[in-house]
Amino acid sequence: MGEILRDYDVLGAFWMTIYLTFFSAIGALVIGTILAVMRVSPVSVLRAAGTAYVNVIRNTPLTLILVFCSLGVLYILEINLADPQSPTSIRDNAIRWAIVGLSVYHAAFVCEALRSGVNTVPLGQAEAARAIGLTFGQSLTQVIMPQAFRGAIAPLGSVLIALTKNTTVASIIGVAEASGLMKEIMENETASFAVFLLFALGFVILTLPTGMLFTWMSQRLAVKR
Amino acid sequence: MSTQNVLFDAPGPKARARHLVLTVVGGLIVAGIAAAVLWKFNEQGQLEGPMWRSLFTADVWTQYLLPGLWATIKAAAISIVGAMIFGIIFGTGRLSHVAPIRWFCGVVVEFFRAVPVLLMMYFLFSWFAVQAFFDAQYYPIAATVIALTLYNGSVIAELVRSGVFGLPKGQREAGLSVGLTRSQSLRSIELPQALTAMLPALVSQLVVVLKDSALGSALPYIELLSQVKNVGTAYGNVIPAYILGAALFILLNYALTFIAGRIERRINKRGKTAGGTVAAPLPGTTAEDPTT
Repeated sequence: MGEILRDYDVLGAFWMTIYLTFFSAIGALVIGTILAVMRVSPVSVLRAAGTAYVNVIRNTPLTLILVFCSLGVLYILEINLADPQSPTSIRDNAIRWAIVGLSVYHAAFVCEALRSGVNTVPLGQAEAARAIGLTFGQSLTQVIMPQAFRGAIAPLGSVLIALTKNTTVASIIGVAEASGLMKEIMENETASFAVFLLFALGFVILTLPTGMLFTWMSQRLAVKR
Repeated sequence: MSTQNVLFDAPGPKARARHLVLTVVGGLIVAGIAAAVLWKFNEQGQLEGPMWRSLFTADVWTQYLLPGLWATIKAAAISIVGAMIFGIIFGTGRLSHVAPIRWFCGVVVEFFRAVPVLLMMYFLFSWFAVQAFFDAQYYPIAATVIALTLYNGSVIAELVRSGVFGLPKGQREAGLSVGLTRSQSLRSIELPQALTAMLPALVSQLVVVLKDSALGSALPYIELLSQVKNVGTAYGNVIPAYILGAALFILLNYALTFIAGRIERRINKRGKTAGGTVAAPLPGTTAEDPTT
């Protein structure tokens, strides 16, 4: 065990997991919020586009999305996200496309979480906003969304936890994160329970505090009604 | 609150004009994205007829896609059955009145819910190779199915638990008052109702299993995604092949979602369970759960 910790950069691999999680979470939150606004908007074209996005992405395996990003978009369509001349371009491209794929996939779930948050806002809030003459945009940004975000904290937390676990899929397109390193160790050394438990524990350490933090926040920030 | 027609008034002339502008702008953006994608495809020669036509030859389907589809469905079917058995055992275990059983089941369920499915697959696959319990050709499917069973079984265990918690207290009290023991009442009164209530959530979990089975392609378990990749390599049409693969997955999952909706409406109409359906149990346990 000591040798494995010395010979392999376990902490570095988990750092990559955190790095992927952090940037994908931001990406997913931005895209997901835009989708949620589209899905509750009065414009039917936007509603339809938002619904179509969510239905398509949610029913597609993440593995397929990431492999498509890597094989299809990067190598066939040749869309680079890193300078092709740079010595680390293969690694950077893989990481960046993994972040794009993870963001695109989880945005659909962020959107659904936010919509469930919108559903926690009582009817009277929207009616009151309309009654004092706020437009749709105003009532959304001033009244509905601030409450929806607070009501959606618990489901957003489960999306974040799932995202942390799903970063393992990036190992399939060659990103050197935790599960990829575990696979490497098991191929080079041996498949022992100890190594598996070490990596499993790493994920428990990452996800358990996130879960507790979000549960605490969802109670702390819940709109008192 | 229902989102439609509540956030905004019936539009007046000004709002209608604004909506028209937004409709045109939104339509243009969507069309623009589609055009950019098609343009890029065309630039790299991905729109040429033969590339797409070769997807609809008999060989592609009989040699690649149908066996792949069958492998996916096989893994998903075995996993969901295994997951249900695991889920019912550990879900009721967590409701047991014997404290050590409750703790043990709690630790097992929480552990398998926290560990990424792919990590389990990688481990099981390497572990089977070391232990050599059975024939090597079964390693990929065994690793895929067992990892999916453990993860989804834990999710179903939580569904069982929340299903039983969702029942009115009177059900259990009635059981006890006619002289059943606590475990008898759990087995013959609460559990059957909880299972009916969680049927739609269970079918939705099948969507998760079906999508997750694509993780097996990393081992490699030769399922639909692996076969799609093979088609792309064999016919030199990677992008069309992946688009077709995605369409197959979407179609399959959409059908399952549709069935789940039908079951839910049917149960609600029949109204036989005391608790109604389990719509959204604990966070992270529904079909909304974004596991791969």
